[in-house]
Amino acid sequence: MKTFRKGGIHPSENKLSAGAAIEEFALPDVVVLPLSQHIGAPATPVVAVGDHVVVGQLVAEATGFVSARVHASVSGTVVAIEPRLNPQGIKQPAIVIRREEDQWAPEIDRSQRVVTECVLSGAEIIEKIRRAGIVGLGGATFPTHVKLTIPAGRKAEFVIVNGAECEPYLTSDQRVMTERSGEVVEGARLLAKALGVTRVLIGIENNKPEAIARMTEAAARYPEIEVVPLRMKYPQGGEKQLIAALTGREVPPPPALPIDVGAVVSNASTVLAVYEAVQKDKPLVERVVTVTGKGLKEPKNLLVRLGTPMSALIEVAGGLPEGDCKVLGGGPMMGRAMIQLDAPVTKGCSGITVLSGADASRQPAQTCIKCAKCVAACPMGLEPYLLSKGAQRQKWEALEAGDVTSCIECGCCQATCPAHLPLLDWIRLGKQTVSGMIRARAMAQTSRK
Amino acid sequence: MEVLLFTVLTLCALGVLSAVVLYFVARRFRVEEDPRIDEVEKMLPGANCGGCGFAGCRGMADALVTHEDISALYCPVGGAECMNRVASYLGKSAPVKEAQTATVRCGGACAQRPRTNTYDGARSCAVAASLYAGETGCAFGCVGFGDCVKVCTFGALRMNPQTGLPEVDPEKCTACGACVKACPKHIIELRKRWPGNRAVYVSCVSHDRGAAVMKACKAGCIGCGKCVKVCPFGAITLDKNLAYIDPQKCRLCRKCVNECPTGAIVLSNMKPLPVDKVQVKE
Amino acid sequence: MMNADKVKNLIVAPSPHVQTTQTTQSIMRDVLIALLPALLVSTWAFGWRVIGITALSVVCCVGFEYLIQRFVVRGASTVGNLSAAVTGVLLAFNLPVTIPWWIVVIGAFVAIAVAKMTFGGLGKNPFNPAIVGRVFLLIAYPVQMTSFATDAFTGATPLAAMKFSPVFAGAELGDLFIGNVAGSLGEVAAGALLLGFAYLLWRRVITWHIPVTIFITMALFAFFVAWGRGWTGAALWEFPMFHLLAGGAMLGAIFMATDYVTSPMTVRGGVIYAVGIGALTMCFRLWGAYPEGMSFAILIMNATVPLINKYVKNRRFGVK
Repeated sequence: MKTFRKGGIHPSENKLSAGAAIEEFALPDVVVLPLSQHIGAPATPVVAVGDHVVVGQLVAEATGFVSARVHASVSGTVVAIEPRLNPQGIKQPAIVIRREEDQWAPEIDRSQRVVTECVLSGAEIIEKIRRAGIVGLGGATFPTHVKLTIPAGRKAEFVIVNGAECEPYLTSDQRVMTERSGEVVEGARLLAKALGVTRVLIGIENNKPEAIARMTEAAARYPEIEVVPLRMKYPQGGEKQLIAALTGREVPPPPALPIDVGAVVSNASTVLAVYEAVQKDKPLVERVVTVTGKGLKEPKNLLVRLGTPMSALIEVAGGLPEGDCKVLGGGPMMGRAMIQLDAPVTKGCSGITVLSGADASRQPAQTCIKCAKCVAACPMGLEPYLLSKGAQRQKWEALEAGDVTSCIECGCCQATCPAHLPLLDWIRLGKQTVSGMIRARAMAQTSRK
Repeated sequence: MEVLLFTVLTLCALGVLSAVVLYFVARRFRVEEDPRIDEVEKMLPGANCGGCGFAGCRGMADALVTHEDISALYCPVGGAECMNRVASYLGKSAPVKEAQTATVRCGGACAQRPRTNTYDGARSCAVAASLYAGETGCAFGCVGFGDCVKVCTFGALRMNPQTGLPEVDPEKCTACGACVKACPKHIIELRKRWPGNRAVYVSCVSHDRGAAVMKACKAGCIGCGKCVKVCPFGAITLDKNLAYIDPQKCRLCRKCVNECPTGAIVLSNMKPLPVDKVQVKE
Repeated sequence: MMNADKVKNLIVAPSPHVQTTQTTQSIMRDVLIALLPALLVSTWAFGWRVIGITALSVVCCVGFEYLIQRFVVRGASTVGNLSAAVTGVLLAFNLPVTIPWWIVVIGAFVAIAVAKMTFGGLGKNPFNPAIVGRVFLLIAYPVQMTSFATDAFTGATPLAAMKFSPVFAGAELGDLFIGNVAGSLGEVAAGALLLGFAYLLWRRVITWHIPVTIFITMALFAFFVAWGRGWTGAALWEFPMFHLLAGGAMLGAIFMATDYVTSPMTVRGGVIYAVGIGALTMCFRLWGAYPEGMSFAILIMNATVPLINKYVKNRRFGVK
């Protein structure tokens, strides 16, 4: 069975909600739609306070190319356009809508019928994806239409559907692939058509046998689509690791992109959103969110309207347990800890993981014993112990020479460290600082020209 | 005895030989350098703090000697006295810069600003600040892990365990600016240094609205603007719910201090104006 | 709706939020467990004095570390991580059973105070402390360190016997495997040490690369020497087997060459380091002044580790 070769670890799976079917979550009374739910420039509001909107109506237009539209996720009245706290306690501009009824925009096809024919051209498909405001739903939130716009001189050879979901706890992609396999396969075909590609690889880790079976069945009619079971290893869902696992090709270090080896990777939930946008004219207004944790009474997979407060989701899964808690947006390997639970579900929120009791706190750090486990675990072939120390001592040049910008922040080094050192905390700081230095240098160079 | 003598002589011979080799190698590979650079370097404080923008005092000395115009170069540690000495030695006009001191503009001590969550990551302001708003309800205030203290080469900063905030010792502070660069929240500012280390400044950098500030911290600036109105010198401006006292215009009259409802305007090494005087004004 | 949670004091940290259950202490405990079979076999072969020497060595190592940490370094106590105990056992395993007790104390002092704490303690010492202790004792007290005669065994160790005899007379490989020979405490029972090796692999404390590479290097080296000497028949494979089983090869390769702190950070670096140890050991054994060379070989290769770490890096992802 295939997997990527370099590094990686095997954290406990804890897929508590793997068997829980996707439930539609109750419509929220108020939604908060941040203007920046994606990488790139924040969107610009096109509605005013007091306007009445319907589900799927455009409320904020993309600002420039690398940006994404925002659509109303409920019908109702726009009550405010103002900064609201994000999960990390930072204020970000948002559109607030008070819900009235559940009125959808008339052009949206809400039937269950799976549409398989597509008469649109590749460019038209990409335009529809852009209009629907779709971004990478795995957590990276990179606008999908930008990813599909292949730079001159490159050629796409594969469409890769990322169904690895290597993050412990999370099951949203798994449930989407199990319950809506037909639509995911159609979405993948649309991506292939948009790019003029004849090869589609769907990589799924072998801890999801049901998803593999359903997807294989759904893809059986299409010879160009191959469902590839992958041997479990974190971070298989990392774009570069997945490409390596499926094609054996390695994306060169930054600034190279997956397209440099001919691959375009999209997460399974994103592919479903692409299908709905193109065939059903449905913009991105809802997504599947896993709400999970050992302390929660009922871990769930919920189909949630964007902008719903996360606290409501936690409540429906049984509420926060007693004692120490750490609430994560995402899974335990790459998720971000939150302090504002009333913050809204956004496009990139694939799950809410509640760590409680002893899991909530880190163990005290000891001294490095040079065990080299971090070096062996690093999927990018870096030396985490050196990078971490360099960042602490602010040796930025040494960090740049140590290829800190190649770090994908997967956390393998820190998770495997027997001294429990905060390796990635420092490496991330180093990566941010060095990336800033590189950008500043590039700016200085262009201005000189 | 013979062995001992032989050993000593051999060692001596080796030493002399090495010295000779070293001498010639040193001559052969000597780098020609302006001897004045050495002299200027001696005049500089030798702290190698980087406050001048160069990696160390040597770099600064080199620049002072080679640059025609040295008005843009300034050693904050040595101050005017040092710069005058260097300038007169080099026969150039000395750069002028007023004396400054680092000022921590956050009054959110533990008592004023309750903790709302517990940070469990690497103990570094930069790491914590890039992750989230911080351990309190204020997203602008001091993170409290002492990055500024770690970079201070003069021992002028220390964390006060009672308040959880850094404190500057103006006597030791050389205004090198290392802490200003290290603070991820941009709380520390270099401000004009008055005789006797007297100072009046707004000890808050929060741009939140008044209600949000009051909820998070009892010592924050709520942007009420009273200080702006009372200032006779037009030194105070209000920008995005935050008052700022221009150190160039402020004359330490202290009227604003009595006017501030939250105590966000801080007075140091000075007695406050008697309260009745202000009341008379009102 | 969520008033109760607003009051709740959440914990916040950067990702990842998962940590291994392994700790420095658990790793050291596993090493101690892996050394247990060899201790038992040694006690069976040499008698109860083995336990006494090992206990004394451990107590001295832990004691010195505690005292230095407490009164010289003035830091938090580090003896809880059990690394000093591991050093103590390894040092004892490198001593003959007849060793006077005061030499054990001196060895422990050199190992902990000189080789470990002067460099800043665990994680910072360039040389393996137990080996430094042993080599110091070997040079300072050569007579006591090489007196292997006991009630059970007379005369020299197999390696010494081999060294001073002109021809290879064949060896009792079975005795070497179960520990029925003269020698230092821990190096006599190859079988018990291999059992410990298996345990360490199973617990993922070490990887197989360094020990196996040392074994292969030594075996090949010995094979070619035997072949070069014109030997034929059984000697061609018995000679390499003898070198693997005799002396400190097993103990050194499994427990001392794999010391985290003093071995390279990458697998490739580890292989280079291990080849060096294997080859040097054979050179010392065949042409050196002492019958055994494992300790010297490891010490010399320890010194090359910073260099190996600097020049032997993992291949970066995406770089040919």
